[in-house]
Amino acid sequence: TKLDDSKMAGAEGDDSLYPIAVLIDELRNEDVQLRLNSIKKLSTIALALGVERTRTELLPFLTDTIYDEDEVLLALAEQLGSFTVLVGGPEFVHNLLPPLESLATVEETVVRDKAVESLRKISQEHSPVDLEVHFVPLVKRLASGDWFTSRTSACGLFSVCYPRVSSTVKAEIRQHFRTLCSDDTPMVRRAAASKLGEFAKVLELDYVKSDIIPLFTALASDEQDSVRLLAVEAGVSIATLLPQEDLEALVMPTLRQAAEDKSWRVRYMVADKFSELQKAVGPEITKTDLVPAFQNLLKDCEAEVRAAAANKVKVFCENLPEDSRETIIMTHILPCVKELVSDTNQHVKSALASVIMGLSTILGKDNTVEHLLPLFLVQLKDECPEVRLNIISNLDCVNEVIGIRQLSQSLLPAIVELAEDAKWRVRLAIIEYMPLLAGQLGVEFFDEKLNSLCMAWLIDHVFAIREAATCNLMKLVEKFGAEWAQNTIVPKVLGMANDSNYLHRMTTLFCINALSGVCGQEITTKHMLPVVLKMSTDQVANVRFNVARCLQKIGPVLDSSALQAEVKPVLEKLATDQDMDVKYFALEAISVLALA
Amino acid sequence: MIVFVSAGIHVTCMFEYQHLESFQQRRDTKTPVAYCNPSTHILTLIMRLRLFAGLAEVQPRPWFRPRMLSPVLCSDLAALEPEYTEADVISTVEFNQTGEFLATGDKGGRVVIFQREPQGEYNVYSTFQSHEPEFDYLKSLEIEEKINKIRWLPPHNPAHFLLTTNDKTVKLWKVSERDKRAEGYNLRDEEGRLKDLSTITTLQVPVLRPMDLLVEASPRRVFANAHAYHINSISVNSDCETYLSADDLRINLWHLNITDRSFNIVDLKPENMEDLSEVITVAEFHPHHCHLLAFSSSTGTTRLCDMRARALCDQHAKLFEEAVDPSRRSFFSEIVSSVSDVKFSHSGRYLLTRDYLTVKVWDLNMENKPLETYQVHDYLRTKLCSLYESDCIFDKFECAWNGTDSVIMTGAYNNYFRMFDRASLRDVTLEASREVCKRRAVLQPRRVCVGKKRKETDVSVDSLDFRKKILHTAWHPKENIIAIAASNNLYIFQDRMAPNGHHNTPEIQSAPPK
Repeated sequence: TKLDDSKMAGAEGDDSLYPIAVLIDELRNEDVQLRLNSIKKLSTIALALGVERTRTELLPFLTDTIYDEDEVLLALAEQLGSFTVLVGGPEFVHNLLPPLESLATVEETVVRDKAVESLRKISQEHSPVDLEVHFVPLVKRLASGDWFTSRTSACGLFSVCYPRVSSTVKAEIRQHFRTLCSDDTPMVRRAAASKLGEFAKVLELDYVKSDIIPLFTALASDEQDSVRLLAVEAGVSIATLLPQEDLEALVMPTLRQAAEDKSWRVRYMVADKFSELQKAVGPEITKTDLVPAFQNLLKDCEAEVRAAAANKVKVFCENLPEDSRETIIMTHILPCVKELVSDTNQHVKSALASVIMGLSTILGKDNTVEHLLPLFLVQLKDECPEVRLNIISNLDCVNEVIGIRQLSQSLLPAIVELAEDAKWRVRLAIIEYMPLLAGQLGVEFFDEKLNSLCMAWLIDHVFAIREAATCNLMKLVEKFGAEWAQNTIVPKVLGMANDSNYLHRMTTLFCINALSGVCGQEITTKHMLPVVLKMSTDQVANVRFNVARCLQKIGPVLDSSALQAEVKPVLEKLATDQDMDVKYFALEAISVLALA
Repeated sequence: MIVFVSAGIHVTCMFEYQHLESFQQRRDTKTPVAYCNPSTHILTLIMRLRLFAGLAEVQPRPWFRPRMLSPVLCSDLAALEPEYTEADVISTVEFNQTGEFLATGDKGGRVVIFQREPQGEYNVYSTFQSHEPEFDYLKSLEIEEKINKIRWLPPHNPAHFLLTTNDKTVKLWKVSERDKRAEGYNLRDEEGRLKDLSTITTLQVPVLRPMDLLVEASPRRVFANAHAYHINSISVNSDCETYLSADDLRINLWHLNITDRSFNIVDLKPENMEDLSEVITVAEFHPHHCHLLAFSSSTGTTRLCDMRARALCDQHAKLFEEAVDPSRRSFFSEIVSSVSDVKFSHSGRYLLTRDYLTVKVWDLNMENKPLETYQVHDYLRTKLCSLYESDCIFDKFECAWNGTDSVIMTGAYNNYFRMFDRASLRDVTLEASREVCKRRAVLQPRRVCVGKKRKETDVSVDSLDFRKKILHTAWHPKENIIAIAASNNLYIFQDRMAPNGHHNTPEIQSAPPK
């Protein structure tokens, strides 16, 4: 208020300056939130100062503001990326380089990355001349900086300036990149390795062969695992750039070596990038090299690698050349898959279970029945619930090929077991698949085998399960229709209203909340409403206020006569309840339903 | 070079030192505080950590009241001797990669960083409270603030980064300098008074002006909730993006940028805790090979793990263990064989392990026996029973390599520390205590005798003070400068032959550190 007073007093001062003055002052406020707020409105400040003062005063100040909190610096780095207009357009865009340069050297990776992103953005706004006069020198400065932070930032800037500079400068840029690839610190080599593919894309093909390939080979045999694994990804990008006839000589020896690297992390990376690799090298090399490599990865001694490879089984098989797809899968891949089904590691099995069903569409009905079905059945009986869940969650793939009936014999015990698992998260997961299963198995099968499970979940001792169970009922009604609901589930749900356990009585209310909409006005008014109203006299306050909330929820489904005649008196009575919460929710319902 | 007598043979001492005056200036006064011309004598600095901590005005301790700062008391430091609290006891000492900085942590959760001035002496650079005492309400356990380990990160930018840990939580600290300050507000003057708005006709952008150098320490990351037992080690990987933290039973791997996730790589916890037979005592990464880590256990073994082979390193690649001579086996055999510290040599070829009575050098290529074994205080072998009763037998002594891996240092009792020259097999016992570190006095080697005193200066085993122990020592990565922590005192000694960082003995010159 003191500020406001002085503002009044200064009536002859320039009022329009005041909000900007506050913003500028808050750039230095002790409260991070206010500083952040000011930084986010930096464009407003710049606009008020005008392009000249922004260039000569604001930017120099910002250049030295690198002591601040990360979140402030991050916001600043982001703002500066779209500041070109505010400093006077492309002609003056190089004025933004100093603050971004200092941000590109801070220790916090996210800030540096954002500064690099902004630098890349504004590099496009530089004229070719400005690029060589201002931007390239900045890249060189960063590339030869004392600290690794600046050198890592430089790695991301080469590719944006390379295409737009003269051939002499291009040669210098290539030289700088070469130097960074053999930097002393692993951090810089990692940054260079991760940008190698991107840089290769902007280089002329001859230089890719003469410059990039040796760098790639060197990084792929770096002493640090963390560098070698990044080279794998670069290798994939490089492979897409080279003509088929050069791949074998230039890239494949290194990639083969990576697939057999001593470090599991590198092999993991190969497994993880396998489908990209497959696309990059084309069908011939896939057949000759990748298939055996993939077999090895599926049999790797490290479970993490097997799991990563198992995840790729479906995509790899899908992308195999059509002429030999089935043969390769049946003779090379499937034997490995069979072994993985009984792997010692549950992560491997569950990774496989999440994709294995996809093979059925590729292999067709006969092969699925003969070869895959036995595997599905084994996995449905796996000791690890996650494996069983993953199989169940992908049932739709099999359904299309052979129909779910083939599986139902084994499916049912698996579902029942999961439904009664001691871990509530497992029970929760299987509930979430119920609507899907119901759709595939049909209403008869469902009523016969699964309906009782769904009702049993309503009285689970974990709230999250009861909640999910009510939601599940709603989805089932959406699938099977209101009539089905009225015959099968509504009576059971309403029966729980007389349960001695108040938690079960509340479950009735929660079910009604969920079901009223999908069941429609008739069922709601005729069957549900009387039960809800009757519960308004429950001795437990929690039940009573949930009655009020329930009425508020189902109100829109009811017609106005029912609202006025039946709901209103009950809510008015609840509004005078001695319990505070009951009163509160009753009043809220009255006002929301406009019954006052 | 000074010659001293040890066991009747003349040996060359690498370290001799003199006491320089105690100091109490603050860093920003830019006054050389304790300085002695290195060309004339060995430079010795005795630093009383408690004084520094007080002078830096961070978390004054009960003993440090303004009256303690009175000139009389400061000039008469001996008077202060008994007056330190448990919180002032130094619990870890660590040089950074260049040796320009030295960090100490204490039982009070404070970290003090010393910087080496161009003249060679170390002065307080920054002091901060790293950990506070906490209470785990779920387990009804107090979590001490004591700093168990400090590790410096390789330099990133002009700021310095270090990891500190107590029993449960690892923190990453940034120590940075600031020498500019923004000036100029629109709505207020520099004192913070509001300006009359009518006088504001133009907007003012703040400008940065030079100011006195300010060193700030700020917490960057907190790596918590990953350890059920007490953390005993942290070690930064040579890839500079991961580090490990080890507790009694598990070793976890962290990414320096990720605080909410860590990977367990070693787990010794048996299904049934009654089957527990060993605990992890120390774990350390190899200095160059990012995939190698060594960890030692209470059974006297040191295991080398290859992280390339598997994600979980429960199975070791190598096991370094020396068979115990059955004839010498006793009730205390296992306790004294427990490894209290493991250090890779700078070259990465050797492992240094310390157990209660010895320090051993292992070649990574030879698992069945150590390359060299040095007795630290073999005369205690007959005293183990009383050391057991006083719990001293469980003391965890650290050990250190010099920059060229040619000399080994480790602590002992009675404020003694030991050095072993690997090439000449000479050894020396020195004492770091205030009484002997007198101004310009040269530290004399000590000798503990078992039987009758042969010389005036000999000390008999029975008169050793077991409360005075040197557990934490550190060696400058390149030069012959050592830091010794003795309860609340930090002593920094420099080889007098190395005023400019070059030792003049041929064996050291021939193998310059990396």
